[in-house]
Amino acid sequence: MTEPVLETRAITKSFGALKASDAVSLDLRPGEIHAIIGPNGAGKSTLIGQISGALVPDSGAVFLDGEDVTALPPQVRARKGLARSFQISQLAMEDSVLQNALLGALGAGGSPWRFFRPALSDRPLRERAEAALARVGLTEQAARVTAELSHGQRRLLEVAVALTMAPKVFVMDEPMAGLGTEGSAALTRLLDQLRHEAPILLVEHDMDAVFALADRISVLVYGRVIATGTVEEIRANRAVQDAYLGGET
Amino acid sequence: MSREAVINAVVVAGLVLVPLWAVWADEPFTITLATRAVVLALAAVGLNLALGLGGLVSLGHAVFFGIGGYAMGVLASHAQSYTPLMEWPVLIEGTKSMPIIWLVSIVASALVALVIGSVSLRTSGVYFIMITLAFGQMFFFFTISWAAYGGEDGLSIYVRNGFPGLNTLVPIQFYGLCLVVLLVVLVFCSALARSPFGLALNAARQAPERVQAVGLDPFRLRLVAFVISGAITGLAGALFADLARFVSPTMFSWQLSGEIMVFIIIGGVARLFGPVVGAVLFVMLEHWLGGLSDYWHVFLGLLLLGIVLFAKGGLIGVLAGKARAHD
Repeated sequence: MTEPVLETRAITKSFGALKASDAVSLDLRPGEIHAIIGPNGAGKSTLIGQISGALVPDSGAVFLDGEDVTALPPQVRARKGLARSFQISQLAMEDSVLQNALLGALGAGGSPWRFFRPALSDRPLRERAEAALARVGLTEQAARVTAELSHGQRRLLEVAVALTMAPKVFVMDEPMAGLGTEGSAALTRLLDQLRHEAPILLVEHDMDAVFALADRISVLVYGRVIATGTVEEIRANRAVQDAYLGGET
Repeated sequence: MSREAVINAVVVAGLVLVPLWAVWADEPFTITLATRAVVLALAAVGLNLALGLGGLVSLGHAVFFGIGGYAMGVLASHAQSYTPLMEWPVLIEGTKSMPIIWLVSIVASALVALVIGSVSLRTSGVYFIMITLAFGQMFFFFTISWAAYGGEDGLSIYVRNGFPGLNTLVPIQFYGLCLVVLLVVLVFCSALARSPFGLALNAARQAPERVQAVGLDPFRLRLVAFVISGAITGLAGALFADLARFVSPTMFSWQLSGEIMVFIIIGGVARLFGPVVGAVLFVMLEHWLGGLSDYWHVFLGLLLLGIVLFAKGGLIGVLAGKARAHD
């Protein structure tokens, strides 16, 4: 079997008496989309936090491309090829759409320690940013102030910023949240292509998208992974049906 | 040309023409006032880098202003008393040369900013304000008891320091020198705001988690901004001391930190010429209203209240409208 690009080994994180992650072991293999589903409060955000570096697990380890990154802060993990999108858009709202994309390109392919030449006239940086905007269909919005974008367009910009980084792994926290039917269909098509560039760990509530995209699904309930398997296996799993899907499928 | 660029050009024209008129009309005091405005503007331009672009509400920028001032005072006082600053391990003599004094001011305030920033930037919000304020008070009380350099009474420098090719004792020449320094720094700040560093710093203020997620460290970005900011304010301190030919602990006072911030708020936070407009207006009000009433600060307070309540973009914001992302 191929080496996983991203792996968590029995990571555990408690907040007081609450075990938000309870010995969570997951892996993400090249070329796949691995979806994490689970009811609200199952510990999905805590898990993403530990994978991206915002939170440090109490025990267990996180491996990125075979390297133990458990103790590394988010910016170092990002430099090593981990790109994430946020559940609640984290964008420079006063800046233009293009400037937000440039920021991503800057982190991955440029140095911020340049003080004189305008960032907008840095050709390689700008081409990278514009290519990412084109892929998510935001080219025409490039000069607009980010605060003026619709909610859906901001979700797309989140993905575009991750794209500019040309990462080894995408970690996406509910990218479809708040998108309309059309929006999620378009983003589903985009993620479907993206998995061939870098595997995607996808936390998502939109079950249509999850079932359409995921190669594997892990179900998280009360901080524990209660099942991991293909779409069919998860649909057929009794424990999952009881705990989460409620027998509706 | 955008409306803001037109306003900026008008301000520069005013800063060039009014003092020239004052020479023609033989109004030397106007030149002194203009010099004061330009030097205070420079101090505020320094703070604006940290405050406007970086979102760092430093209530301790008087530290850098004071360090610049004392760098001048110490060097010049040794030069005027013909005593060396130190003899061991190396002989360091005082100097009356502005370029050397400026360099010392910039380096010293940058180093102090590095230390203060390394500590204070680990906190944010009201804690950051309090720590910067605390550092300011430390320097203030240190200089009060620093008897070797005048303590509470301060230190007088009898003759203004020199600049190659200029007679700095002629008010308009010293003014021109200060104005050129201010303009050079403004050009630098304008470039910096658009540079990759400026882009990243500006984003670190608005969405620090995003900046981390793309692989950049907000702490380091802010620290570098704080150091550059402190160095600029330090340079202003050296010029201010040369204008007054006097340094005293009040250069370190927290009231001064507050005034520098007030210039920026009046003129427009994060706007290139915001601190310049604010400082000029402040000096004008201080002169005119101060002449009418000892309670002129009441009027300043009302103005500030009005701007904070009704014109958050400051005067530049009122006149030029919202800042445009790509300008």
